[in-house]
Amino acid sequence: MANILDIRRRIRSVINTRQITKAMKTVSAAKLRRAQEAAVAARPYSQMLTNVLKSLVSRADTYDPKTGEPRHPLLAERPEKNILLIIVTGDKGLAGAFNTNILKMASKFIQSKPEQNIDIECIGRKGRDFMRRRYPIAPQRPDEASANENANEKEQPGAPSVRPNAAAPERASRVQITGEYVGVLGKVEYNFANTLSQSIVARYTHSEIDAVYLLFNEFKSVIAQRLVVERLLPIKQIGEVDVEMAEEPTPEERKQRIEAAKAEGVGLRKPDTSATDEAAAKFATLPVDYIYEQPPEQLFQGILPKYIGIQIFHALLESVAAEHAARMTAMDAATINASDMIDSLTLVMNRARQAKITKEIIEIVSGAAAAQ
Amino acid sequence: MSDTFQLEIVTPTRLLVKDAAEEAQIPGATGYLGILPGHAPLITELGVGEITYKASGTTHTLAVAWGFAEVLPDKVTILAEASERPQEIDVARAQKAKERAEERLKSSNAEVDYARAEDALQRAEMRLNLAKEKK
Repeated sequence: MANILDIRRRIRSVINTRQITKAMKTVSAAKLRRAQEAAVAARPYSQMLTNVLKSLVSRADTYDPKTGEPRHPLLAERPEKNILLIIVTGDKGLAGAFNTNILKMASKFIQSKPEQNIDIECIGRKGRDFMRRRYPIAPQRPDEASANENANEKEQPGAPSVRPNAAAPERASRVQITGEYVGVLGKVEYNFANTLSQSIVARYTHSEIDAVYLLFNEFKSVIAQRLVVERLLPIKQIGEVDVEMAEEPTPEERKQRIEAAKAEGVGLRKPDTSATDEAAAKFATLPVDYIYEQPPEQLFQGILPKYIGIQIFHALLESVAAEHAARMTAMDAATINASDMIDSLTLVMNRARQAKITKEIIEIVSGAAAAQ
Repeated sequence: MSDTFQLEIVTPTRLLVKDAAEEAQIPGATGYLGILPGHAPLITELGVGEITYKASGTTHTLAVAWGFAEVLPDKVTILAEASERPQEIDVARAQKAKERAEERLKSSNAEVDYARAEDALQRAEMRLNLAKEKK
Protein backbone atom coordinates (compact mmCIF):
# COMPACT_ATOMS: atom_id res chain seq x y z
CA MET A 1 0.00 0.00 0.00
CA ALA A 2 1.32 3.43 -0.99
CA ASN A 3 2.42 5.76 1.72
CA ILE A 4 -0.32 8.25 2.55
CA LEU A 5 2.17 11.05 3.09
CA ASP A 6 3.72 10.49 -0.33
CA ILE A 7 0.36 10.62 -2.06
CA ARG A 8 -0.58 13.75 -0.22
CA ARG A 9 2.63 15.40 -1.37
CA ARG A 10 1.96 14.32 -4.91
CA ILE A 11 -1.53 15.79 -4.84
CA ARG A 12 -0.19 19.08 -3.60
CA SER A 13 2.29 19.23 -6.45
CA VAL A 14 -0.37 18.47 -9.05
CA ILE A 15 -2.58 21.18 -7.59
CA ASN A 16 0.28 23.65 -8.02
CA THR A 17 0.76 22.58 -11.62
CA ARG A 18 -2.92 22.99 -12.26
CA GLN A 19 -2.78 26.51 -10.91
CA ILE A 20 0.00 27.37 -13.34
CA THR A 21 -1.70 25.86 -16.38
CA LYS A 22 -4.92 27.59 -15.46
CA ALA A 23 -3.19 30.94 -15.24
CA MET A 24 -1.43 30.35 -18.56
CA LYS A 25 -4.72 29.54 -20.15
CA THR A 26 -6.31 32.76 -18.93
CA VAL A 27 -3.32 34.75 -20.14
CA SER A 28 -3.44 33.08 -23.54
CA ALA A 29 -7.14 33.76 -23.85
CA ALA A 30 -6.57 37.44 -23.14
CA LYS A 31 -3.72 37.58 -25.64
CA LEU A 32 -5.82 35.76 -28.19
CA ARG A 33 -8.52 38.35 -27.85
CA ARG A 34 -6.01 41.11 -28.38
CA ALA A 35 -4.50 39.34 -31.37
CA GLN A 36 -7.92 38.90 -32.90
CA GLU A 37 -8.63 42.57 -32.44
CA ALA A 38 -5.37 43.47 -34.13
CA ALA A 39 -6.22 41.22 -37.05
CA VAL A 40 -9.62 42.86 -37.40
CA ALA A 41 -8.11 46.33 -37.20
CA ALA A 42 -5.74 45.47 -40.02
CA ARG A 43 -8.49 44.34 -42.35
CA PRO A 44 -9.72 47.60 -43.88
CA TYR A 45 -6.26 48.65 -45.01
CA SER A 46 -5.44 45.40 -46.72
CA GLN A 47 -8.83 45.21 -48.35
CA MET A 48 -8.64 48.69 -49.68
CA LEU A 49 -5.15 48.09 -50.96
CA THR A 50 -6.29 44.95 -52.72
CA ASN A 51 -9.25 46.77 -54.22
CA VAL A 52 -7.19 49.61 -55.57
CA LEU A 53 -4.82 47.14 -57.15
CA LYS A 54 -7.68 45.23 -58.69
CA SER A 55 -9.22 48.31 -60.18
CA LEU A 56 -5.83 49.49 -61.38
CA VAL A 57 -5.21 46.20 -63.13
CA SER A 58 -8.20 46.88 -65.34
CA ARG A 59 -7.02 50.40 -66.11
CA ALA A 60 -3.28 50.04 -66.34
CA ASP A 61 -1.83 47.81 -68.98
CA THR A 62 -0.20 45.27 -66.77
CA TYR A 63 0.71 43.13 -69.74
CA ASP A 64 2.55 44.33 -72.77
CA PRO A 65 0.07 44.09 -75.64
CA LYS A 66 2.76 43.14 -78.16
CA THR A 67 4.70 40.47 -76.39
CA GLY A 68 2.17 39.40 -73.81
CA GLU A 69 4.89 39.73 -71.20
CA PRO A 70 3.88 41.14 -67.85
CA ARG A 71 5.07 44.69 -67.39
CA HIS A 72 5.73 44.38 -63.74
CA PRO A 73 8.50 42.04 -62.63
CA LEU A 74 6.42 40.75 -59.72
CA LEU A 75 3.87 39.30 -62.10
CA ALA A 76 6.46 37.47 -64.17
CA GLU A 77 6.41 33.72 -63.86
CA ARG A 78 9.64 31.84 -64.29
CA PRO A 79 10.40 28.16 -64.04
CA GLU A 80 10.91 27.43 -60.36
CA LYS A 81 14.55 26.77 -59.70
CA ASN A 82 15.21 28.72 -56.56
CA ILE A 83 12.49 28.90 -54.00
CA LEU A 84 12.21 30.99 -50.91
CA LEU A 85 10.16 29.46 -48.14
CA ILE A 86 9.15 31.66 -45.23
CA ILE A 87 8.06 29.73 -42.18
CA VAL A 88 6.09 31.41 -39.44
CA THR A 89 6.16 29.61 -36.10
CA GLY A 90 5.94 30.77 -32.52
CA ASP A 91 8.73 32.05 -30.33
CA LYS A 92 7.61 29.97 -27.39
CA GLY A 93 6.57 26.42 -26.77
CA LEU A 94 3.84 24.93 -24.58
CA ALA A 95 1.33 25.45 -27.33
CA GLY A 96 0.40 21.86 -27.99
CA ALA A 97 1.22 20.68 -31.48
CA PHE A 98 1.21 24.19 -32.91
CA ASN A 99 4.89 24.43 -33.82
CA THR A 100 5.29 20.72 -34.54
CA ASN A 101 2.50 20.77 -37.08
CA ILE A 102 3.96 23.75 -38.90
CA LEU A 103 7.39 22.17 -39.04
CA LYS A 104 5.96 18.86 -40.21
CA MET A 105 4.28 20.73 -43.00
CA ALA A 106 7.56 22.47 -43.80
CA SER A 107 9.33 19.14 -44.14
CA LYS A 108 6.54 17.90 -46.36
CA PHE A 109 6.83 20.96 -48.55
CA ILE A 110 10.59 20.63 -48.86
CA GLN A 111 10.19 16.99 -49.82
CA SER A 112 7.63 17.90 -52.44
CA LYS A 113 10.22 20.05 -54.21
CA PRO A 114 13.14 17.64 -54.57
CA GLU A 115 14.65 19.32 -57.62
CA GLN A 116 14.73 22.94 -56.58
CA ASN A 117 17.05 24.94 -54.42
CA ILE A 118 15.23 26.09 -51.34
CA ASP A 119 16.12 29.06 -49.19
CA ILE A 120 14.48 29.06 -45.81
CA GLU A 121 13.67 32.06 -43.67
CA CYS A 122 12.21 31.44 -40.25
CA ILE A 123 10.08 33.83 -38.29
CA GLY A 124 9.86 32.62 -34.72
CA ARG A 125 12.36 30.92 -32.46
CA LYS A 126 10.85 27.43 -32.63
CA GLY A 127 11.10 27.22 -36.38
CA ARG A 128 14.62 28.53 -36.37
CA ASP A 129 15.81 25.99 -33.81
CA PHE A 130 14.28 23.16 -35.79
CA MET A 131 15.67 24.25 -39.14
CA ARG A 132 19.11 24.98 -37.77
CA ARG A 133 19.46 21.40 -36.65
CA ARG A 134 18.64 20.16 -40.14
CA TYR A 135 19.98 22.60 -42.66
CA PRO A 136 23.13 24.68 -42.93
CA ILE A 137 23.17 28.46 -42.79
CA ALA A 138 23.92 30.16 -46.06
CA PRO A 139 27.40 31.64 -46.42
CA GLN A 140 27.37 35.25 -45.41
CA ARG A 141 28.06 38.13 -47.70
CA PRO A 142 30.34 40.45 -45.75
CA ASP A 143 29.48 43.69 -47.54
CA GLU A 144 25.78 43.18 -47.01
CA ALA A 145 25.99 42.92 -43.28
CA SER A 146 27.26 46.47 -42.91
CA ALA A 147 25.17 48.01 -45.67
CA ASN A 148 21.94 46.72 -44.30
CA GLU A 149 22.53 47.56 -40.72
CA ASN A 150 19.96 50.14 -39.68
CA ALA A 151 19.00 50.53 -43.30
CA ASN A 152 15.44 51.30 -42.46
CA GLU A 153 14.16 54.45 -40.98
CA LYS A 154 13.20 52.80 -37.75
CA GLU A 155 15.19 50.21 -35.92
CA GLN A 156 14.07 46.71 -36.60
CA PRO A 157 13.91 44.51 -33.56
CA GLY A 158 14.04 41.56 -35.89
CA ALA A 159 16.75 42.70 -38.23
CA PRO A 160 18.05 39.52 -39.79
CA SER A 161 21.20 38.22 -38.22
CA VAL A 162 21.92 36.11 -41.27
CA ARG A 163 22.12 37.86 -44.60
CA PRO A 164 21.07 36.44 -47.95
CA ASN A 165 23.96 35.23 -50.03
CA ALA A 166 23.08 36.74 -53.36
CA ALA A 167 26.67 37.40 -54.36
CA ALA A 168 28.06 34.15 -53.07
CA PRO A 169 27.66 31.75 -55.97
CA GLU A 170 27.94 28.51 -54.06
CA ARG A 171 25.21 27.36 -51.76
CA ALA A 172 25.79 25.72 -48.44
CA SER A 173 23.50 22.95 -49.61
CA ARG A 174 20.37 22.49 -51.68
CA VAL A 175 18.27 23.53 -48.73
CA GLN A 176 19.76 26.33 -46.72
CA ILE A 177 18.77 28.95 -44.19
CA THR A 178 19.09 32.51 -45.40
CA GLY A 179 17.41 34.40 -42.65
CA GLU A 180 15.89 34.23 -39.24
CA TYR A 181 13.77 36.61 -37.27
CA VAL A 182 13.32 35.99 -33.59
CA GLY A 183 11.37 38.08 -31.13
CA VAL A 184 9.24 39.95 -33.66
CA LEU A 185 6.03 38.16 -32.78
CA GLY A 186 5.45 39.67 -29.35
CA LYS A 187 4.24 42.84 -31.01
CA VAL A 188 3.76 42.44 -34.73
CA GLU A 189 4.83 45.63 -36.46
CA TYR A 190 3.85 46.52 -39.97
CA ASN A 191 7.29 47.96 -40.43
CA PHE A 192 8.88 44.58 -39.98
CA ALA A 193 6.63 42.98 -42.60
CA ASN A 194 7.32 45.84 -44.93
CA THR A 195 11.09 45.57 -44.58
CA LEU A 196 10.95 41.84 -45.11
CA SER A 197 8.80 42.25 -48.20
CA GLN A 198 11.19 44.83 -49.62
CA SER A 199 14.06 42.40 -49.32
CA ILE A 200 11.98 39.64 -50.91
CA VAL A 201 10.83 41.84 -53.75
CA ALA A 202 14.41 42.94 -54.42
CA ARG A 203 15.61 39.35 -54.57
CA TYR A 204 12.73 38.36 -56.80
CA THR A 205 13.26 41.18 -59.26
CA HIS A 206 16.96 40.29 -59.43
CA SER A 207 15.95 36.73 -60.28
CA GLU A 208 17.76 35.36 -57.27
CA ILE A 209 14.58 33.54 -56.40
CA ASP A 210 11.82 32.37 -58.71
CA ALA A 211 9.02 31.84 -56.24
CA VAL A 212 8.19 32.79 -52.69
CA TYR A 213 6.07 30.61 -50.45
CA LEU A 214 4.76 31.51 -47.04
CA LEU A 215 3.91 28.78 -44.56
CA PHE A 216 1.80 29.78 -41.59
CA ASN A 217 -1.19 28.87 -39.51
CA GLU A 218 -4.19 30.62 -40.97
CA PHE A 219 -6.60 31.87 -38.36
CA LYS A 220 -10.03 33.13 -39.26
CA SER A 221 -11.57 32.21 -35.93
CA VAL A 222 -11.11 29.60 -33.23
CA ILE A 223 -12.95 27.02 -35.31
CA ALA A 224 -11.81 28.12 -38.73
CA GLN A 225 -8.09 27.66 -38.92
CA ARG A 226 -5.72 25.59 -40.96
CA LEU A 227 -2.12 25.28 -41.99
CA VAL A 228 -1.41 26.75 -45.38
CA VAL A 229 1.45 27.25 -47.77
CA GLU A 230 0.64 30.34 -49.80
CA ARG A 231 2.50 31.43 -52.85
CA LEU A 232 3.34 35.11 -52.47
CA LEU A 233 5.30 35.52 -55.67
CA PRO A 234 4.80 35.51 -58.56
CA ILE A 235 1.37 37.07 -58.16
CA LYS A 236 -1.11 35.17 -60.20
CA GLN A 237 -4.31 36.99 -59.42
CA ILE A 238 -4.57 39.97 -57.17
CA GLY A 239 -6.95 39.51 -54.31
CA GLU A 240 -6.86 35.73 -54.61
CA VAL A 241 -4.88 33.62 -52.22
CA ASP A 242 -2.75 31.17 -54.08
CA VAL A 243 -2.77 28.15 -51.81
CA GLU A 244 -0.20 25.54 -52.60
CA MET A 245 -0.83 23.20 -49.69
CA ALA A 246 -3.32 23.18 -46.87
CA GLU A 247 -4.06 21.02 -43.89
CA GLU A 248 -7.25 21.13 -41.92
CA PRO A 249 -7.25 20.28 -38.24
CA THR A 250 -8.65 16.90 -37.18
CA PRO A 251 -12.16 16.79 -35.69
CA GLU A 252 -10.79 16.05 -32.21
CA GLU A 253 -8.51 19.05 -32.35
CA ARG A 254 -11.39 21.17 -33.39
CA LYS A 255 -13.58 19.88 -30.57
CA GLN A 256 -10.88 20.57 -28.02
CA ARG A 257 -10.46 24.08 -29.31
CA ILE A 258 -14.15 24.80 -29.08
CA GLU A 259 -14.30 23.56 -25.52
CA ALA A 260 -11.29 25.57 -24.47
CA ALA A 261 -12.67 28.70 -26.06
CA LYS A 262 -16.07 28.23 -24.44
CA ALA A 263 -14.52 27.83 -21.00
CA GLU A 264 -12.70 31.13 -21.43
CA GLY A 265 -15.56 32.96 -23.05
CA VAL A 266 -13.67 33.63 -26.28
CA GLY A 267 -15.97 34.10 -29.23
CA LEU A 268 -15.95 31.14 -31.58
CA ARG A 269 -17.15 32.93 -34.62
CA LYS A 270 -15.28 35.37 -36.68
CA PRO A 271 -15.80 38.87 -35.35
CA ASP A 272 -18.37 40.66 -37.41
CA THR A 273 -16.58 42.82 -39.92
CA SER A 274 -19.27 43.02 -42.56
CA ALA A 275 -19.85 46.75 -42.09
CA THR A 276 -16.21 47.74 -42.47
CA ASP A 277 -15.75 45.17 -45.20
CA GLU A 278 -18.55 46.68 -47.15
CA ALA A 279 -17.13 50.15 -46.81
CA ALA A 280 -13.70 48.89 -47.79
CA ALA A 281 -15.07 47.09 -50.79
CA LYS A 282 -16.30 50.34 -52.21
CA PHE A 283 -12.87 51.92 -52.06
CA ALA A 284 -11.57 53.05 -55.44
CA THR A 285 -13.92 50.77 -57.30
CA LEU A 286 -16.81 53.08 -58.04
CA PRO A 287 -17.74 53.17 -61.71
CA VAL A 288 -16.79 56.82 -62.04
CA ASP A 289 -14.05 58.44 -64.03
CA TYR A 290 -11.33 59.13 -61.55
CA ILE A 291 -8.77 61.79 -62.13
CA TYR A 292 -5.45 60.04 -61.75
CA GLU A 293 -2.82 62.33 -60.37
CA GLN A 294 -0.25 59.81 -61.47
CA PRO A 295 -0.56 57.47 -64.41
CA PRO A 296 -2.27 54.24 -63.29
CA GLU A 297 0.85 52.28 -64.28
CA GLN A 298 2.94 54.26 -61.88
CA LEU A 299 0.43 53.84 -59.07
CA PHE A 300 0.33 50.15 -59.76
CA GLN A 301 4.08 49.80 -59.60
CA GLY A 302 4.17 51.66 -56.33
CA ILE A 303 1.43 49.67 -54.67
CA LEU A 304 2.28 46.16 -55.76
CA PRO A 305 5.25 45.68 -53.42
CA LYS A 306 3.13 46.97 -50.54
CA TYR A 307 0.65 44.26 -51.34
CA ILE A 308 3.29 41.65 -50.51
CA GLY A 309 4.07 43.48 -47.30
CA ILE A 310 0.48 43.53 -46.18
CA GLN A 311 0.10 39.85 -46.94
CA ILE A 312 3.07 39.01 -44.75
CA PHE A 313 1.74 41.32 -42.06
CA HIS A 314 -1.56 39.53 -42.15
CA ALA A 315 0.03 36.12 -41.98
CA LEU A 316 1.98 37.21 -38.92
CA LEU A 317 -1.09 38.54 -37.16
CA GLU A 318 -3.04 35.38 -37.89
CA SER A 319 -0.19 33.16 -36.84
CA VAL A 320 0.12 34.99 -33.52
CA ALA A 321 -3.60 34.59 -32.90
CA ALA A 322 -3.39 30.91 -33.79
CA GLU A 323 -0.46 30.43 -31.46
CA HIS A 324 -2.36 31.89 -28.54
CA ALA A 325 -5.39 29.83 -29.41
CA ALA A 326 -3.25 26.69 -29.54
CA ARG A 327 -1.67 27.51 -26.19
CA MET A 328 -5.06 28.17 -24.68
CA THR A 329 -6.29 24.80 -25.91
CA ALA A 330 -3.21 22.99 -24.67
CA MET A 331 -3.42 24.62 -21.26
CA ASP A 332 -7.11 23.87 -21.02
CA ALA A 333 -6.38 20.21 -21.68
CA ALA A 334 -3.56 20.27 -19.14
CA THR A 335 -5.82 21.79 -16.51
CA ILE A 336 -8.45 19.11 -17.10
CA ASN A 337 -5.83 16.38 -16.92
CA ALA A 338 -4.50 17.78 -13.67
CA SER A 339 -8.00 17.78 -12.17
CA ASP A 340 -8.50 14.16 -13.21
CA MET A 341 -5.19 13.24 -11.69
CA ILE A 342 -6.05 14.95 -8.42
CA ASP A 343 -9.34 13.05 -8.27
CA SER A 344 -7.78 9.66 -8.82
CA LEU A 345 -4.94 10.37 -6.41
CA THR A 346 -7.40 11.50 -3.75
CA LEU A 347 -9.27 8.26 -4.20
CA VAL A 348 -6.09 6.21 -3.80
CA MET A 349 -5.15 8.22 -0.73
CA ASN A 350 -8.54 7.76 0.94
CA ARG A 351 -8.41 4.05 0.26
CA ALA A 352 -4.97 3.84 1.77
CA ARG A 353 -6.06 5.78 4.85
CA GLN A 354 -9.15 3.62 5.27
CA ALA A 355 -7.08 0.48 4.92
CA LYS A 356 -4.69 1.71 7.57
CA ILE A 357 -7.55 2.44 10.00
CA THR A 358 -9.12 -0.96 9.35
CA LYS A 359 -5.79 -2.64 9.92
CA GLU A 360 -5.32 -0.80 13.22
CA ILE A 361 -8.82 -1.79 14.45
CA ILE A 362 -8.17 -5.41 13.54
CA GLU A 363 -4.91 -5.27 15.45
CA ILE A 364 -6.59 -3.81 18.53
CA VAL A 365 -9.50 -6.22 18.41
CA SER A 366 -7.34 -9.26 17.87
CA GLY A 367 -4.92 -8.05 20.57
CA ALA A 368 -7.83 -7.69 23.01
CA ALA A 369 -9.17 -11.13 22.06
CA ALA A 370 -5.76 -12.68 22.67
CA ALA A 371 -5.48 -11.04 26.08
CA GLN A 372 -8.73 -12.56 27.34
CA MET B 1 -24.49 69.67 -51.42
CA SER B 2 -23.61 69.32 -47.80
CA ASP B 3 -20.76 71.38 -46.45
CA THR B 4 -18.77 68.52 -45.02
CA PHE B 5 -17.36 65.29 -46.31
CA GLN B 6 -16.50 62.04 -44.61
CA LEU B 7 -12.76 61.73 -43.98
CA GLU B 8 -11.20 58.39 -43.20
CA ILE B 9 -7.54 57.74 -42.60
CA VAL B 10 -6.60 54.08 -42.50
CA THR B 11 -3.21 52.65 -41.57
CA PRO B 12 -2.15 49.00 -41.61
CA THR B 13 -2.83 48.70 -37.90
CA ARG B 14 -5.94 50.76 -37.34
CA LEU B 15 -8.55 53.20 -38.48
CA LEU B 16 -6.90 56.41 -37.36
CA VAL B 17 -9.48 59.05 -38.23
CA LYS B 18 -13.14 58.91 -39.06
CA ASP B 19 -14.59 62.34 -39.04
CA ALA B 20 -16.79 64.79 -40.89
CA ALA B 21 -14.40 67.38 -42.28
CA GLU B 22 -15.05 70.73 -43.84
CA GLU B 23 -11.79 70.91 -45.68
CA ALA B 24 -8.54 69.00 -45.94
CA GLN B 25 -5.05 69.37 -47.28
CA ILE B 26 -3.24 66.23 -48.29
CA PRO B 27 0.32 65.82 -49.45
CA GLY B 28 0.09 64.31 -52.91
CA ALA B 29 3.24 62.85 -54.40
CA THR B 30 3.47 65.83 -56.72
CA GLY B 31 2.32 68.53 -54.34
CA TYR B 32 -0.29 69.42 -51.76
CA LEU B 33 -3.94 69.13 -52.66
CA GLY B 34 -6.65 71.16 -51.06
CA ILE B 35 -9.97 69.39 -50.86
CA LEU B 36 -13.40 70.83 -50.24
CA PRO B 37 -16.72 68.99 -50.30
CA GLY B 38 -17.84 68.15 -53.80
CA HIS B 39 -14.40 67.49 -55.19
CA ALA B 40 -14.20 65.54 -58.43
CA PRO B 41 -13.32 61.85 -58.05
CA LEU B 42 -9.56 61.51 -57.85
CA ILE B 43 -6.94 58.96 -56.95
CA THR B 44 -3.46 60.00 -55.99
CA GLU B 45 -0.33 58.70 -54.45
CA LEU B 46 0.76 60.44 -51.28
CA GLY B 47 4.20 61.71 -50.48
CA VAL B 48 5.71 62.55 -47.15
CA GLY B 49 4.08 65.42 -45.36
CA GLU B 50 1.26 66.61 -43.19
CA ILE B 51 -2.44 66.08 -43.55
CA THR B 52 -4.39 69.04 -42.27
CA TYR B 53 -8.11 68.90 -41.92
CA LYS B 54 -10.77 71.00 -40.33
CA ALA B 55 -13.59 69.28 -38.52
CA SER B 56 -16.29 71.21 -36.65
CA GLY B 57 -14.17 74.32 -36.52
CA THR B 58 -10.92 72.86 -35.17
CA THR B 59 -7.90 72.12 -37.31
CA HIS B 60 -6.09 68.81 -36.92
CA THR B 61 -2.71 67.89 -38.28
CA LEU B 62 -1.26 64.43 -38.85
CA ALA B 63 2.05 63.17 -40.09
CA VAL B 64 1.90 60.85 -43.06
CA ALA B 65 4.50 58.92 -45.02
CA TRP B 66 3.57 57.13 -48.21
CA GLY B 67 0.09 56.05 -49.05
CA PHE B 68 -2.61 57.01 -51.43
CA ALA B 69 -5.97 58.64 -51.35
CA GLU B 70 -9.28 58.34 -53.01
CA VAL B 71 -11.30 61.51 -53.22
CA LEU B 72 -15.02 61.42 -53.88
CA PRO B 73 -17.49 64.31 -53.70
CA ASP B 74 -18.72 63.28 -50.27
CA LYS B 75 -15.92 61.09 -49.02
CA VAL B 76 -12.15 61.07 -48.77
CA THR B 77 -10.33 57.89 -47.88
CA ILE B 78 -6.64 57.97 -47.20
CA LEU B 79 -4.56 54.84 -46.99
CA ALA B 80 -1.39 55.77 -45.20
CA GLU B 81 1.43 53.39 -44.64
CA ALA B 82 2.51 55.36 -41.61
CA SER B 83 0.49 58.08 -39.99
CA GLU B 84 0.65 59.64 -36.56
CA ARG B 85 -0.93 62.37 -34.56
CA PRO B 86 1.60 64.99 -33.47
CA GLN B 87 1.46 63.91 -29.83
CA GLU B 88 2.22 60.33 -30.85
CA ILE B 89 5.46 61.14 -32.61
CA ASP B 90 8.50 59.65 -30.98
CA VAL B 91 10.83 62.63 -31.17
CA ALA B 92 13.92 60.79 -29.98
CA ARG B 93 13.41 58.11 -32.58
CA ALA B 94 12.89 60.59 -35.39
CA GLN B 95 15.96 62.52 -34.28
CA LYS B 96 18.02 59.37 -34.36
CA ALA B 97 16.67 58.41 -37.76
CA LYS B 98 17.54 61.85 -39.04
CA GLU B 99 21.11 61.67 -37.82
CA ARG B 100 21.53 58.23 -39.27
CA ALA B 101 20.19 59.28 -42.65
CA GLU B 102 22.41 62.37 -42.73
CA GLU B 103 25.47 60.34 -41.92
CA ARG B 104 24.57 57.95 -44.66
CA LEU B 105 24.14 60.70 -47.20
CA LYS B 106 27.50 62.17 -46.28
CA SER B 107 29.42 58.94 -46.61
CA SER B 108 30.83 58.16 -50.03
CA ASN B 109 30.28 54.46 -49.67
CA ALA B 110 28.94 52.92 -52.85
CA GLU B 111 26.88 50.48 -50.83
CA VAL B 112 24.63 53.17 -49.40
CA ASP B 113 21.22 53.40 -50.93
CA TYR B 114 20.92 57.16 -51.38
CA ALA B 115 17.32 57.22 -52.45
CA ARG B 116 16.34 55.32 -49.37
CA ALA B 117 18.44 57.46 -47.07
CA GLU B 118 16.93 60.60 -48.57
CA ASP B 119 13.44 59.25 -48.03
CA ALA B 120 14.29 58.44 -44.45
CA LEU B 121 15.70 61.92 -43.90
CA GLN B 122 12.59 63.53 -45.34
CA ARG B 123 10.33 61.46 -43.12
CA ALA B 124 12.37 62.20 -40.03
CA GLU B 125 12.43 65.94 -40.69
CA MET B 126 8.73 66.05 -41.33
CA ARG B 127 8.04 64.27 -38.07
CA LEU B 128 10.35 66.54 -36.11
CA ASN B 129 8.84 69.68 -37.61
CA LEU B 130 5.35 68.59 -36.84
CA ALA B 131 6.21 67.58 -33.30
CA LYS B 132 7.88 70.97 -32.72
CA GLU B 133 4.99 72.96 -34.14
CA LYS B 134 2.51 71.33 -31.86
CA LYS B 135 4.49 71.75 -28.67
